[in-house]
Amino acid sequence: MNAALKIESLHKSFKTGFIPKKKTILKGISLSVNAGEIFGYLGPNGAGKTTTIKCILGLIFPDEGFIEVLGYPFLSLKAKEKLGFLPENPYFYDYLSASEFLDFYARLFGIKRTERQTKTRNLLRLVGLEKAAHIPLRKFSRGMLQRIGFSQALINDPDIVLLDEPLSGLDPIGRKEIRDIIVRLKEEGKTVFLSSHILQDIEMICDRVAILVEGEIINQGKITELISEKILFTEIIVSGIKPDDLAVLGGNVSTQGDRTLLKIHDEDRVESIFKLIQSSGGKIHSLIPRTQTLEDIFVGMVKKT
Amino acid sequence: MKIRTVALNTFKEAIRDRVLYLLLFFSAVCIILARLLSILTVGDRIKIIKDVGLASISLFGALMAILMGTGLVFKEIDKKTIYTLLSKPIHRFQFLLGKFFGLVLTLLIMIALMSVIFLALLFFHTFHIEWRILLPICFVFMELCLITSVALLFSCFSTPILSSLFSLSFYIIGHLSWGLETLIKKIPSINMRAVFKALYTFLPDLENFNFKTEIVHNLPIPPDIYLYSVLYGIAYTGFVLVLAMLVFRRRDFI
Repeated sequence: MNAALKIESLHKSFKTGFIPKKKTILKGISLSVNAGEIFGYLGPNGAGKTTTIKCILGLIFPDEGFIEVLGYPFLSLKAKEKLGFLPENPYFYDYLSASEFLDFYARLFGIKRTERQTKTRNLLRLVGLEKAAHIPLRKFSRGMLQRIGFSQALINDPDIVLLDEPLSGLDPIGRKEIRDIIVRLKEEGKTVFLSSHILQDIEMICDRVAILVEGEIINQGKITELISEKILFTEIIVSGIKPDDLAVLGGNVSTQGDRTLLKIHDEDRVESIFKLIQSSGGKIHSLIPRTQTLEDIFVGMVKKT
Repeated sequence: MKIRTVALNTFKEAIRDRVLYLLLFFSAVCIILARLLSILTVGDRIKIIKDVGLASISLFGALMAILMGTGLVFKEIDKKTIYTLLSKPIHRFQFLLGKFFGLVLTLLIMIALMSVIFLALLFFHTFHIEWRILLPICFVFMELCLITSVALLFSCFSTPILSSLFSLSFYIIGHLSWGLETLIKKIPSINMRAVFKALYTFLPDLENFNFKTEIVHNLPIPPDIYLYSVLYGIAYTGFVLVLAMLVFRRRDFI
């Protein structure tokens, strides 16, 4: 499959402080994002996610390494013409109205006037801001800024979209809407490279992920490859069982009202416990086997390093 | 096209800034106060009005260029708006030139507004429009272009307060450096003369743009002086802009 984004041995360090001291942020990042996939870039704060994205955009210059966007060198204007970017905590020209703001970015791509107007209207509708078209951005809420930021990233109908923490600061409805748009972008054949702390969302929509810790990628691949199918424990919620009988069932127990939560770590015991509950006249409300989540993998890896 | 887009956006930003109108208001007050000053002073009243009016346009124009110019690039970096802007297909030099021309356009309109007030005041006294008075104003505008480029240069690597101080120093030094020319003529030591000559070449001489006295007092000005001043202004502004581009070219936006 064609690589939409290719990074090889990316190194970046900064000199900070009154007496300049070298601080290495990226220690040889290598990754490849296939065309048409959603790629999740995970890492704790300060791991170097935003620095990587800034290197791709040419906002900072790598010390060493190679970046290619859609087959073009990363600093070329051709690469930027096919690229969309949403920064973390979007900062925009707050003296502009939403439609002026989108029109400004469309002009930078040399888009003609009538097309600019159509695109602006469509994008404002896509992010649910058509009623706020003439309101200055300084009056926008955090969620509205995130949405308008998202629409500017799509103004040039890009082939690849870089999203730095696109879901942070949004309410659950806003998160779902943005998630839906990201999935729609994939359906349209676009490549999405997103960094996020919200692992549940990443797990839901990403095809592949890379985990970055202290400037190094410690694991990358398909989510299904990273997460094992093995059942970690089974949660059973029961009612109508005497406390003495519960002790016999074993597992971690917590009770709330007449319902009791059992946590069974031994997979082989689940069936026998199931039968025992039924025979003692109890009622099973739910039985959920818990497999490993991306969060478990992520926390485990970060702790290990 | 891209330079024009950034320039128009800079212009929009500038005209929505309240500081600009505050400065415009004070410049208008100063120009009108020239009338009051002319009553209190012995001598040709019209000349006093012209003198104070032109000086007000020059001073407030410079303040506008410095106060707004020094925030041009810094604000973009500080507010992080530069992240999305430079992620679009635009070269860094296009961004800088766009910022420069945006402010130059703002200054042009402000100078035009101040000139209208000034000409109107003169008209009420002389009952005819003296178009010749626009000549020193054109050169004031040229000087402002140079000051804008200097403010832009400092804005590329320094905070607005420091940049304002540096730019203000440039303005003051620029209006006093002509004294070095006299010093060079008078100094006996050849070595010291060479040092002062080098210093005079490097330092700006903003008096090259000052034709106020000649116009107010109707003194003759040889045409080659105009040409020299125009060329000096273009060359110096161009040089400072190239310096700004070099500083900005490899800057990391952390």
